[in-house]
Amino acid sequence: MNKPTKLRIAAPLPALAMAMAMSLGALLATPAHADLQVLITKGVTDPIPIAIVPFARAVPADGGFDVAAVVQHDLESSGRFRPMQRRDMLTTPSSANDVQAADWKAAGNDYVVVGRVTAGPAGELDVDCDLINIQTGTRVASQKFIANAASLRNAAHLASDFVYSKVLGVRGAFATRIAYVAVQGKPPTRRFQLIVADADGENPKVILESLQPIMSPAWSPDEQWLAYVSFENRLSAVYVQKVHTGERQLVSARVGVNGAPAYSPDGTHLALTLSGAGGNLDVWLLDLATQGLTRLTDDPAVDTEPAWSPDGKSIYFTSDRAGGPQIYKLDIAQPKRIERITFGSAYNARARVSPDGKKLAFVTREGGNYRIAIQDLASGTVSVLSHGALDESPSFAPNGAVIIYAGREGDVGTLQTVSVDGLVTQRLKSDQGELREPVWGPFPR
Amino acid sequence: MKTVLILIAVLGVSLAAGCSSKKPRPEPTSTTNAVLPTDQSQTAGADASSAYGAGVADGSGAGVAGPSGAQLQNRTVFFEFDSSEIKSEYNAMITAHARYLVSNPTVRVRLEGNTDERGSREYNIGLGERRAQSVRRALTLQGVPDTQITTVSYGEERPAVTGHSEEAWARNRRVDIVYLN
Repeated sequence: MNKPTKLRIAAPLPALAMAMAMSLGALLATPAHADLQVLITKGVTDPIPIAIVPFARAVPADGGFDVAAVVQHDLESSGRFRPMQRRDMLTTPSSANDVQAADWKAAGNDYVVVGRVTAGPAGELDVDCDLINIQTGTRVASQKFIANAASLRNAAHLASDFVYSKVLGVRGAFATRIAYVAVQGKPPTRRFQLIVADADGENPKVILESLQPIMSPAWSPDEQWLAYVSFENRLSAVYVQKVHTGERQLVSARVGVNGAPAYSPDGTHLALTLSGAGGNLDVWLLDLATQGLTRLTDDPAVDTEPAWSPDGKSIYFTSDRAGGPQIYKLDIAQPKRIERITFGSAYNARARVSPDGKKLAFVTREGGNYRIAIQDLASGTVSVLSHGALDESPSFAPNGAVIIYAGREGDVGTLQTVSVDGLVTQRLKSDQGELREPVWGPFPR
Repeated sequence: MKTVLILIAVLGVSLAAGCSSKKPRPEPTSTTNAVLPTDQSQTAGADASSAYGAGVADGSGAGVAGPSGAQLQNRTVFFEFDSSEIKSEYNAMITAHARYLVSNPTVRVRLEGNTDERGSREYNIGLGERRAQSVRRALTLQGVPDTQITTVSYGEERPAVTGHSEEAWARNRRVDIVYLN
């Protein structure tokens, strides 16, 4: 997939190179500084008490990295766990055999996590982790993760996933990534950045920067590419970019609107919005290998914001064919078979489908406020999950347990999360400027 | 060729490998593609076979000063909430631009549609496009050839003013007429 496409540059190269150098100078002068800080704004009333004991270290090979601290932070930020404070721990066992269950039970814990980092002969680091059920006094499970100094943080997230799934029975999504758009400064010196970070906001990397708007990032199913819309030529165009290398391909710069890209679950196609010169937005299918286009909707209304069902057989999209925007569903095999999905509010837009295909998250208007709603597709039941005035851009975590979205905190756009049951909310506080359009990546393969 | 467009700048990454138990402070950027703000004239379009193929990306950037004159100095049409209908108060202004464009057939304009910040971003691209098309129709109805007009919708991405009040929203629901030469 993703054969390089034509991108012909007519401008003389020296001028282009000079302009790029100038542009880079501007970027270097004001480095993006990133610090996403998770604040739990609401948690479950009865989180599970757990002790994550500092792991035995492999000094100096581990570079001083504190695996247990990351696990503790992950589990605490999920809102489902209440970790014991380290200062209250009387002992620091590093293997299950050394855990005195009675002591940890007396301190109010249901579970204890112990572990150790050991250096291997070739510089690799083994992270071993034991989960003990203190109520029964039994070891629930053990897991080994093999890392190196640079990947210890990811190993810690995998350890968090391990604990989360063993205790809650749901796959964890700590070792995943998010992408989002950040806007720095005010017009006319605004800079738009496309950023990829770990799911907890750490390791933010700017993968694209522009003085013109960047919008609508979308992950490929193999987690290697991001599709997005860039107005760098003052007109809209859709690009796909390899996250790791920066390799970039222009896939649509047709007359009119080029927008709302969405990778098919098999990664071979993009659903996207095109308007042509006449300005009529419809949803199209672009074959990434052949560049062939197939029209999916054909209506004088605005049809946009396609979202794939996980089985790749249907597409949910926004249309104002009935007046205000609502979510519809079409069958790709028979695109004329269109079914309206949302009712209730006069404004329902930009749907995203849960990984199991059973729920839809979207933006709904409630009073004068725009909020994140979730609809059960079988029953049609709708719950409004967020409480802001201008909430938008919901995106499911790949385990389906949490939705990340953009909200406003005073005058600043921030990223927020809410569990699909609405019980746990978090705000990712940042000094990266205005943050918007978060998209949660898939599980790494 | 395409790599020429893409600037890969490896900004100094000093990864704080040793992350302490408290919030580690992530270091800034790593691999960055910096795209040019303007004037990268390019021919783009991935599918020459389709009706929408071979679009010519307009690299003419920010526009020029354009014509002077009472009505011609006015370049912005404002809209009501959720509407792409041109209010009658803009009739004289649009007629002045139509007259100028018909008399100067080499002059080209870009109609930039915009919305306020409420609602979803890509749907707002649709609403902005609808506004730009509305002004385009008003011009072509008065005889301006289509070839002199391009449209673009920025949705809510390029507000004229920042702020979250009714007044700010009213000033952002607009079509800007940008003279390109």
